[in-house]
Amino acid sequence: MIRFEHVTKTYAKTDKPALSDVSIDVAKGEFVFLVGQSGSGKSTFLRLVLREEKASSGTIHVAGKDLGTLSNWKVPELRKQVGTVFQDFRLLPNKTVFENVAFALHVLGHTKKEIAREVPEIVELVGLAEKLNRRPGELSGGEQQRVAIARAYVSRPAILIADEPTGNLDPGTSIGIMKLLDRINREGTTVVMATHDSSIVDQMRKRVIELESGHVIRDQVRGVYGYTG
Amino acid sequence: MRAGFVMSEVGIGLRRNLTMTFAVVITVAISLSLLGIGLLSNSQVRTMKDYWYDKIEVSIFLCGPLSETPSCAGGPVTAEQRLEIQQDLQELPVVQTVYYESQSEAYQRFQERFKDSAIAQNVTVDQLPESFRVKLKDPTEFAVVESAFSGRPGVDVVQDQRAILEKFFSLLNVLRDGALVIGLASVLTAALLISNTLRIAAYNRRRETTVMKLVGASSFSIQLPFLLEGLFAAIVGWGISTGILSGLKFVVDDRIAPLLTFTNFFTWNDVWVASAYLLLTGVVVSGFASVLTLRKYLKV
Repeated sequence: MIRFEHVTKTYAKTDKPALSDVSIDVAKGEFVFLVGQSGSGKSTFLRLVLREEKASSGTIHVAGKDLGTLSNWKVPELRKQVGTVFQDFRLLPNKTVFENVAFALHVLGHTKKEIAREVPEIVELVGLAEKLNRRPGELSGGEQQRVAIARAYVSRPAILIADEPTGNLDPGTSIGIMKLLDRINREGTTVVMATHDSSIVDQMRKRVIELESGHVIRDQVRGVYGYTG
Repeated sequence: MRAGFVMSEVGIGLRRNLTMTFAVVITVAISLSLLGIGLLSNSQVRTMKDYWYDKIEVSIFLCGPLSETPSCAGGPVTAEQRLEIQQDLQELPVVQTVYYESQSEAYQRFQERFKDSAIAQNVTVDQLPESFRVKLKDPTEFAVVESAFSGRPGVDVVQDQRAILEKFFSLLNVLRDGALVIGLASVLTAALLISNTLRIAAYNRRRETTVMKLVGASSFSIQLPFLLEGLFAAIVGWGISTGILSGLKFVVDDRIAPLLTFTNFFTWNDVWVASAYLLLTGVVVSGFASVLTLRKYLKV
């Protein structure tokens, strides 16, 4: 699903590469944690997957597309197949839960009828059926993140990218979010989650890829956060 | 994206930024009006030229007892010379009509024109020259007549009335050009204002555009609502400017035309043509300003 081959990314006006000779292969349906300290290259990795940046060298394949040769006007096609969730939720404050999720479908050209059917379904999946008409400001952090996940998942992308999705949440709430991501993963979606949260990584026992200064220093099938040796 | 969704986004954008929208509409209206006034001045100058060129003549004054030009050295024009000149004139292809004005007719006309002046009493019939009044098919073909008759025995002076009007028209042309320059400068101002407004709008809605980008909207569908907002403002502004030009036309017909009877004025047709150009200008300028701004500030 995601294949990095000897990928190096050096940002303009810097000498040190943010990612250096990284090769990673994530299969369809996998759940992968991406761990490492700030500045280790996690965000660069995610930006490359979303084609917000281009690799300086090496090749990247995402959902069957070679991102090196993908033309700009085809990037939206790629992003339709990659759902994204962020630490700061990125919800639209003036829109209700329903409208926030519907926004994604509107943008993709779904009809009102489809939207009226699909949105309540996905909102129920994330456990917010009762709060369809609330605005983000009236929801807790965990609930807001559920809305963000619903929005990312409503178009059934093949890949879900989550950048520190529990970074702003307390441990109890985080567990709920992880259960939700796990459930989405079980339905066949490949999930890549960047995180600092060691307890979550330790509990989930999924594949862990650890980055340090742009290098992959660990790729472990059933890893824990603090593993060093 | 569906049209209904795009329209609702446009509506939200315009309302959220109501004062800026208002400013853009007013600026577009004023700048297009100024440009429209420039275009109408152009029509007006053209109308006046048509009106006057249609009335002007080439005068061929014949030698009289007081003529001093070399071609009059043989004394006043003879009857044969006069006849010959008339025949030659009528044979010239550029000539439309020829009218002979005798000394007594010239005297009558003179008396009429200067009837309140002391000069009228001091002029006698034989002091005024007889002449041919020639109307040309195309008033710019004066040189043909001049080269054929100037210096010919019996012809004193060949005079083109157009030369007098030209000075007047060159003044009007300067005024017209000034109006067009002011109009274009203000259209440029409007373009810059549209560009800045869209930049602010893009900044205000960066959450929405970020989300649109993330879920896989094409850059076109992200930019479209902004583009339509710019166009909307331009079209409303254009509507107002057309209203202003129509108002101007009413004022001209109602107040100015009765006072200035020596010319025609631009027609309603000129107003509609100018309005069509303004619509084109408004749409193209706002489109250009929008696309350039959005390409810079809404990178996908």
